[in-house]
Amino acid sequence: MNNTEIVKQSLKRRYAREKRFQLYGRCAVLVGFVFLALLLTDIVVKALPAFSVTEIRLDVDVSREALELPVEGRLDRDAIIAVNFGGVIKKSLREAFPDVTKRKQKRELYRLVSSGAEFALQAMLVNNPDLIGDQPLRIWFKADDDVDTLYKLDTRTSRISDLQLGIIEQLRASDSIRTVFNTTLFTASDSREPEQAGIRGALLGSFWTLLVTLIVSLPVGIAAAIYLEEFAPKNRITDFIEININNLAAVPSIVFGLLGLAVFINFFGMPRSAPLVGGLVLALMTLPTIIISSRAAIKSVPPSIKEAALGVGASHMQVVFHHTLPLAMPGILTGSIIGMAQALGETAPLLMIGMVAFIVDVPGGIFDSATVLPVQIYLWSDSPERAFTALTAATILVLLGFLVVMNAIAIYLRRRFERRW
Amino acid sequence: MQTTTLVIVIAGLSLISYYTGRTRAQAYRLDGRLLALPNQYGYLTAMWSALPAIILLLAWLAFEPGYLNDQVIANLPAAAQQLPTEELALLVNNVLLAVGNGGLSPDPVIEDAAAAYLAAREQSRMLVTGLILLLCLSGIIFSLTRYLTRLHARKRVETVIRWFLMLCSGVAIVTTVGIVLSVLFEAIRFFESVPILDFMFGTTWSPQTAIRADQVGSSGSFGAIPLFAGTMLISLIAMTIAVPVGLLTAIYLAEYASPRFRSAAKPTLEILAGIPTVVYGFFAALTVAPFIRDLGTSLGLSVASESALAAGIVMGVMIIPFVSSLSDDVITAVPQAMRDGSLALGATQSETIKQVIIPAALPGIVGGVLLAASRAIGETMIVVMAAGLAARLTANPLDAVTTVTVQIVTLLTGDQEFDSPKTLAAFALGLMLFVSTLLLNVVALHIVRKYREQYE
Amino acid sequence: MNASVTEDLGTSSVTEFDVRDPDRSTQVKGFEGTIGENTLDNPKISTRNVNISYGEKQAIFDASLDIGRNEVIAMIGPSGCGKSTYLRALNRMNDTIVGCRVTGDLTIDGEPIYAHNMDPVLLRARVGMVFQKPNPFPKSIYDNIAYGPRIHGLTRTNAELDEVVVTSLQRAGLFEEVKDRLDAPGTGLSGGQQQRLCIARTIAVSPEVILMDEPCSALDPIATAIIEELIDELRANYTIVIVTHSMQQAARVSQRTAYFHLGKLIEVGETNQIFTNPRHELTENYITGKFG
Ligand SMILES: Nc1ncnc2c1ncn2[C@@H]1O[C@H](COP(=O)(O)OP(=O)(O)OP(=O)(O)O)[C@@H](O)[C@H]1O
Ligand SMILES: [Mg+2]
Repeated sequence: MNNTEIVKQSLKRRYAREKRFQLYGRCAVLVGFVFLALLLTDIVVKALPAFSVTEIRLDVDVSREALELPVEGRLDRDAIIAVNFGGVIKKSLREAFPDVTKRKQKRELYRLVSSGAEFALQAMLVNNPDLIGDQPLRIWFKADDDVDTLYKLDTRTSRISDLQLGIIEQLRASDSIRTVFNTTLFTASDSREPEQAGIRGALLGSFWTLLVTLIVSLPVGIAAAIYLEEFAPKNRITDFIEININNLAAVPSIVFGLLGLAVFINFFGMPRSAPLVGGLVLALMTLPTIIISSRAAIKSVPPSIKEAALGVGASHMQVVFHHTLPLAMPGILTGSIIGMAQALGETAPLLMIGMVAFIVDVPGGIFDSATVLPVQIYLWSDSPERAFTALTAATILVLLGFLVVMNAIAIYLRRRFERRW
Repeated sequence: MQTTTLVIVIAGLSLISYYTGRTRAQAYRLDGRLLALPNQYGYLTAMWSALPAIILLLAWLAFEPGYLNDQVIANLPAAAQQLPTEELALLVNNVLLAVGNGGLSPDPVIEDAAAAYLAAREQSRMLVTGLILLLCLSGIIFSLTRYLTRLHARKRVETVIRWFLMLCSGVAIVTTVGIVLSVLFEAIRFFESVPILDFMFGTTWSPQTAIRADQVGSSGSFGAIPLFAGTMLISLIAMTIAVPVGLLTAIYLAEYASPRFRSAAKPTLEILAGIPTVVYGFFAALTVAPFIRDLGTSLGLSVASESALAAGIVMGVMIIPFVSSLSDDVITAVPQAMRDGSLALGATQSETIKQVIIPAALPGIVGGVLLAASRAIGETMIVVMAAGLAARLTANPLDAVTTVTVQIVTLLTGDQEFDSPKTLAAFALGLMLFVSTLLLNVVALHIVRKYREQYE
Repeated sequence: MNASVTEDLGTSSVTEFDVRDPDRSTQVKGFEGTIGENTLDNPKISTRNVNISYGEKQAIFDASLDIGRNEVIAMIGPSGCGKSTYLRALNRMNDTIVGCRVTGDLTIDGEPIYAHNMDPVLLRARVGMVFQKPNPFPKSIYDNIAYGPRIHGLTRTNAELDEVVVTSLQRAGLFEEVKDRLDAPGTGLSGGQQQRLCIARTIAVSPEVILMDEPCSALDPIATAIIEELIDELRANYTIVIVTHSMQQAARVSQRTAYFHLGKLIEVGETNQIFTNPRHELTENYITGKFG
């Protein structure tokens, strides 16, 4: 048998193997795609309920007697604030469902509306004292999160009693229950009650933290890149710096958190939970990314341009700042935006420096206690209430939205300024 | 607010300094005796004004809190100063709270201390403001002297800039040193109360027992072997998924896919790399783990609700793009001549890939895999959210295990008193984590660099 | 050769020659079809009206050439004229280049090379190729040679494989130099040894034709001489097509020579005749060193 025959005989088997191998490759690519699709769909599906919220309509008696306010004379603000609105709402609930008489049942009844309802009513009347009068008010109050889950998702949590179920049916029959868009998600900060919780605090916390990161890491990163690319002598120290930068890029982020805790908080006594410390830690973490991409951008500026500038008598420093840096800027910015996007999604180091606290206030600056979007996700994902799952997923969508925008800008910059020298 | 005002003052005075320096230089230029352009002199004098002031400000910002703390303690009654460290810290904290309240407190001791704090703060602020003004103004005054025009302004300015650039590139070294020192110091303090061998080779991990004040650190169990084992187990699961899938993806995209498919598929897969790990953690904990548990139950297996498998799988997927983009780089770096040589002998494409390209790219791929492994070991959020807390020594992927990173987070979040072995243990674990990932990274980067040189 | 003959190439008037190529950018003055014996009886490989293009750019225009059995045929021509392109078309190595299109009738032993039922793997096992730059695999010397027989399953036992490796190395004239270090990496050899290793690797699958694309361009004169000798010996068993930039080399190793110019096959003939008495002006210009 000559060789051609032998090869011919082997062909079928070998082509089968070839096909199989290609199939493995296809499957591998598919695994990535499928997982990505699953992940995104899962999150979107889980997030959807968070964008709407259930409300219950109540007729509230806001006469002066009912509010226990003086019958005559002008009402001052403090007097209105001091009214027991919780009691007012309970009373209107009792009036709406007069057959509920037992003590335990009443408590179940009261739990239908959110505990934030009294503050909503308070704010309403404080801002519009004219509403106080004999005319009862029809007000839509936020429902409790268990009611919300039941009404929106048709899922009965263990905390819904039979009585409550019946009442909700009655409400449904009389069109006194509805869902509306959940604005609280964007206007409120963290809360123990899912229906009162929002991401405003975390959003601002992320803003302040990233601001610090940007202010620190961008100038330092660019300066380091310029030095290493343009001025650094080729010696051991420079090599050592380079190795350091490459290694730092691969150090687990949680280790940067330990650094922040030991150095910034314990040694320098900076405030815990503050965007200042978080921003500094993230700055150190993103620095390698910015340095590496800035160096690449600076390197890609053709030497001919630098030589031309040197040729007309500019100093090395002038060449760098007048020619090299402006030409490298789009590349540097692209890298920096990607670094910032990483910082925006980073969680672990911030846990170390106390940004996990339960913080209700919106941070007003870099020294206030704050949390950030990814940490808020972490905190909420741990909560047992089902409604928090939806909030978590919604926060993830917001976070991913920001990341998409940042990456889109980076890609746009790269495309727009991509230069062929 | 005080700081912001100071920054504005410095900026304003430096601007004035710039103008005086430039005007001065311009006046001399009329005589033709100038070594550099006038605005260079402006930069120089502005630097004279701003630099010392900024350095002072930064130093003050860094050390003021510590100084004030000491002042508070010094002003506490002697009895309070004798308190154990934790209680003292608590007291100081209360004082700071009172300060935030405008110095009011029901406790007279605290109110006194708060008053002292406020006085000290007022004093230090006055001092710093005065010094900064002085430094800025001396810069301006300097700019008015004859001495200025005898200098080569540009060279001086450039020297300063050069030093600044150099210092910035030194931040990388400072960071590394900072990491090493901070982790090492605390770890050494930990090893003073818990022998290092007990830590490295002990098989029981239950730091909770050491939490109570009447127990000393050494009576809690700090044997880290279960943590190392748990970390290895989850990382192993992750790598079992990420390496084959990532490698095959890279091969398919580099060798088989059409350019169009490639240019669409690569960025799509890179989305996976851009998703924050906390999102993966959420998915692992709320979707994958319950799914695996239900699946296991339906097959008659007992699966922990926080199984190592769930965390490992999700972590593996997270690492896929990392492996595939590193492998893609090394595979495309294999010269076309290798492929031609093999194809010309009548090899099929898969034979060429399996027997020529992969062996040729192997060092680079190994380097990438090591980097990926270091990623898996250091990954925190996925395991914090999806893996367990109980340290168990098991190789069963269906069991719940805990990892080094999970324990660091658990030890350092929640109520912690500093200096307790429990907190210090976190730093010892951090040291282990840092050292092991550093070793992996150094070896991996070395291999990859050697590989690049081979084909350059 | 009389250099003055071609003095006025640049001014030779267009009217004298028929410009047949409508694509003016690639027109060759004075080309009216290949001159010389481009067809043979019972050829090993036959090509007729071959056109090859890379996307929009055409690299070979209407070339027809037969390659005989057990002959060494040299391809010469200025850089970029399409020698490599033509050569790679013979064992379908062009398939790996995206956008490369080959038309025309190409056959080996009468079987169409570009037919659907012609398997490229099988074809390449029959038509081997040696490249300009030595490209040993990053494996041991032994494994480099054994690679082909292994993938094709040509040997049954290890002993058989050993024998194939040894004979291939012997025929490539490399055995004596490397017999003590068959386990050493092939990339550790000198350039000339590497190229002979590549030739041995090609021989190991016992092809019928060997294509060589400037096999000596990366080698020094001594290594070149060894390989030229080798080619001469191989002629007994194989058909060899060799692309070369060295006129002397073509003259030394080949029986026939084909001259390409700007993608066109200008002239084919006995090597002797091409070098002593070229019939086309362009061929003459080239071999006298007027350009190229
Ligand atoms: N992969 C390719 N894609 C596009 N054009 C190509 C490609 N390879 C070759 N060409 C073009 O085809 C023409 C012929 O190229 P070829 O490599 O066959 O020339 P050659 O005669 O071998 O030259 P040399 O002697 O320099 O090796 C050239 O104009 C070249 O630019
Ligand atoms: Mg060529």
